[in-house]
Amino acid sequence: MKGKSINRRQFLQTSGYAVAGAAAIGSGAVVIAADGAWALSTTTLDQHAAMTLLRVSRMLFPHDFLGDQYYAKVVEALDAQAANDPAMATQIRDGIAALDSTRDGIAFLDLSDGYAEDAIGSIEGTPFFGTMRGATINNLYGNPLVWRFFGYEGSSWQQGGYLHRGFDDAGWLDAIIESEA
Amino acid sequence: MAKFDLNDDTVVVVIGSGAGGGTLSNELAQKGINVVCLEAGKRLTLDDIENDWGTMFGKLSWTDKRIGTGALNPDLPLWVCKTVGGTTVHWAGAALRFQDHEWKAKSTYGDIPGANLLDWPVDANEMERFYSMAEDKMGVTGRQGIPQLPGNNNFKAMLAGAQRLGYTKVHTGNMAINSEPRGGRPSCQQIGFCMAGCKIGAKWSALYTEIPAAEATGHFELRPESMVLKINHDSSGKVTSVVYVDKEGNTHEQKARIIAVAGNSVETPRLLLNSASSMFPDGMANSSGQVGKNFMRHMTGTVYAILPQPVHFDRGTQMAGIVQDEAHHDDSRGFVAGYEMETLPGFGLAGVASNTIAGAWGREYAKDIEMYDHFAGMWLVGEDLPQEQNGVTLHDSQKDQYGMPVPVVHFEDHPNDTAMRNHAFKRGSAIYEAIGATKTFELPPFPSTHNMGTCRMSADAKDGVCNPTGQTHDIPNLYISDGSQFTTSAAENPTLTIVSLAIRQAEKIAERMNAGEI
Repeated sequence: MKGKSINRRQFLQTSGYAVAGAAAIGSGAVVIAADGAWALSTTTLDQHAAMTLLRVSRMLFPHDFLGDQYYAKVVEALDAQAANDPAMATQIRDGIAALDSTRDGIAFLDLSDGYAEDAIGSIEGTPFFGTMRGATINNLYGNPLVWRFFGYEGSSWQQGGYLHRGFDDAGWLDAIIESEA
Repeated sequence: MAKFDLNDDTVVVVIGSGAGGGTLSNELAQKGINVVCLEAGKRLTLDDIENDWGTMFGKLSWTDKRIGTGALNPDLPLWVCKTVGGTTVHWAGAALRFQDHEWKAKSTYGDIPGANLLDWPVDANEMERFYSMAEDKMGVTGRQGIPQLPGNNNFKAMLAGAQRLGYTKVHTGNMAINSEPRGGRPSCQQIGFCMAGCKIGAKWSALYTEIPAAEATGHFELRPESMVLKINHDSSGKVTSVVYVDKEGNTHEQKARIIAVAGNSVETPRLLLNSASSMFPDGMANSSGQVGKNFMRHMTGTVYAILPQPVHFDRGTQMAGIVQDEAHHDDSRGFVAGYEMETLPGFGLAGVASNTIAGAWGREYAKDIEMYDHFAGMWLVGEDLPQEQNGVTLHDSQKDQYGMPVPVVHFEDHPNDTAMRNHAFKRGSAIYEAIGATKTFELPPFPSTHNMGTCRMSADAKDGVCNPTGQTHDIPNLYISDGSQFTTSAAENPTLTIVSLAIRQAEKIAERMNAGEI
C-alpha cells in the first residue's frame, strides 16, 4: 500500500475504528468497527470517553476470543447510566480525566499496554473503578451472546432442564469414584 | 378464600408468609382457626419464575434499605426475600435435622468467652415427631421412605475428592425437592436454578404448598404487599392489633386475638423495637433486653476450584450434595461445634466473575473465568456462636419508604467462627486438590441467607424473648414464629427446623385457644 493514498477502508483497518460524523455534534458518538460488523452509539459520552471506556472494559476482563462488539455493550450501558444520572456522568468524566493524567498528560488511549494497566491499577478502589468493574461484569458476562464462549448455558427449563441433557455426564469423575470405591 | 374484617378481633394475625409464617398459617387454618396473613411482598406464580439470576434477584429479594455493619455487606447485609412464600421461594432446599447435641450447645461446648451460649429449652426427643411431620410435609429426600436425588456433576466432584480424603458421610443430601412426583408437584428436572425459584415447583416452597392449602380451608386470608409497621397493645399489656400499609400506601389497623411475628431475623426484632410504647419503652416483649440481640448467620464460606476436565457445575439441583464428616463436635480441631460441606455452583457467569475473587481484574483473572465450565463449588456452613453485640437496631434518623426506621444489622465473627472457617476452607480445598484441581478459591460469606436468633427462645425469661413454644415471655398472645426463635444456630440449614417449630407452635396455640388461655 506504500505510496498510495489510503482509502477509507484502509484507514479503518489501520486505526481499528471509524468515528462517524455524529461525534461532531457535541454530545454522543457513533463508533463503527473497521469491518463494519458492529457499531457503538452513545448519546451522552463523547467519542473520547466512549473509546476510553471501551479500552478500560477490555483491559479489566481481556478475552482475546471476544470481539469489541461485546465490550461495546458495556460502554452503551454506562452511557445510558450517565444519561439518567448526572452524578454518574460526573464520576465517569472525572474517572477518565484521572486515567488521562497518569503519565505526563499522555491520554489513556495513547498509553502502551503496560502503562495503561498501571493507570487502571492507580484507580483501584475508587468509585469509578467499581462502576467500571460492575458494568463490565453485568454487561459483558451478563450478555447471553457471550455465554457460549465460556460454556455457561443459561436458562434451561424450556428444554426440560438437564435431566436428559447431561447433568451427570462427567465420566472422568465416575472413573475416579469407581476407582476409590 | 376467606375475607376477614379489620375489626374482627377473633383472628390470629401472622406477619410473614415464609417457612415460619406460611407454615404456621396453614397449620392453624387446617385446625379451623381463622388467620389473616400479612405479607410485605407481592404474590408471584410459577409463570413469574425465570432462569435468570439478575432478573429473579430483582423480583424476589428484600432490597428495602438496610445498613450492614461489622463484617456484613453494608448495602445488602442479608439475601432474603420479599415475596409471598418468603425466603422459601429462593432457598436451596437443604432440609437437615439438628444433631442431638446441638440442642444443648452450652452444656456441650461449655463456657466460651465472648459467646452468649444457652441450651435450647426443647431437645431432640421433643422435636422428633415435628421433624417427621415437617419432612413428610416437605417431601424430604432420604427421609420418610423418600428416595434421594441423583448426583449431578458438581456432586460427583465433591464425592470423588471426599472419597480420596477418606470421608464417608457423603451423599446427595436430605432435600425438600421432589425426587419423585409428590403432593401434586412434579419431580426435579435438574434445571439448575433452585435459588432463583423453582420453575416447576419441584422444590418445596410455602408459595405453592402452604399458602394455597390454607386458602382451601376457608379459614385463611392472605394480604400481600402489606407492610406491618407496629403492634398495638391494651392497658393489660396484651397485643390487640397491627398497623400496616397496603400497596396503595393506605394505612390500616387489623385487630387480632393473637399475633405471630415471622418476618425473618431482621424484620421480626425491628417490628418489636418499633412497637415501643410507654408500657414497653425498650420495645415489645423486651424485658430481657434480648430483642435484636444474638444475631447469628452461620459460619459460611465458599470454595471454588478449577478442575482438570469439564464439570458444568450449573447443571442440576444446586445443593443436592453434602459431606457430613466435619459436622460433629470435636474441639481437637481447634474450635467447638461443626460444619457441613454442601454443593453450590456459581450464580451464572456474571456471578462467578463477580465473586470468585472480589475486586479482581486483569488477564490472569480473565483466564480463570475462561475455565468456567471446569469449575466445581461447595458451600461451607457451620454453627456460629451467639454474641450479644451482634444484632439489629433501629437507625436514629433514616427511614424507609414506609416511614419506618431503617434497621442496622451488625455482625462480627467470634474467634471460634474464624477458626472453623479456616479449617473448612482447608478441608474444602483439599477435596478438590485430591482430584487434581489446578486452582482453588476461598470466597468470603455472601450476604446472609441463614438468619437466626434475634428473639431467642429460653427457659428463663431473663435470658431470651420467647419460651419453648415461641410464645413471648412477656406477652401471652404474642408469638415469635421464624428463625428469630433460634437459641443457637446448629450447623444445619435452618428451614426444616423453622417449619418443625411452626408445626409444633400451631398445636400449642390451638391447645391454649381451646383452653381459653389466650
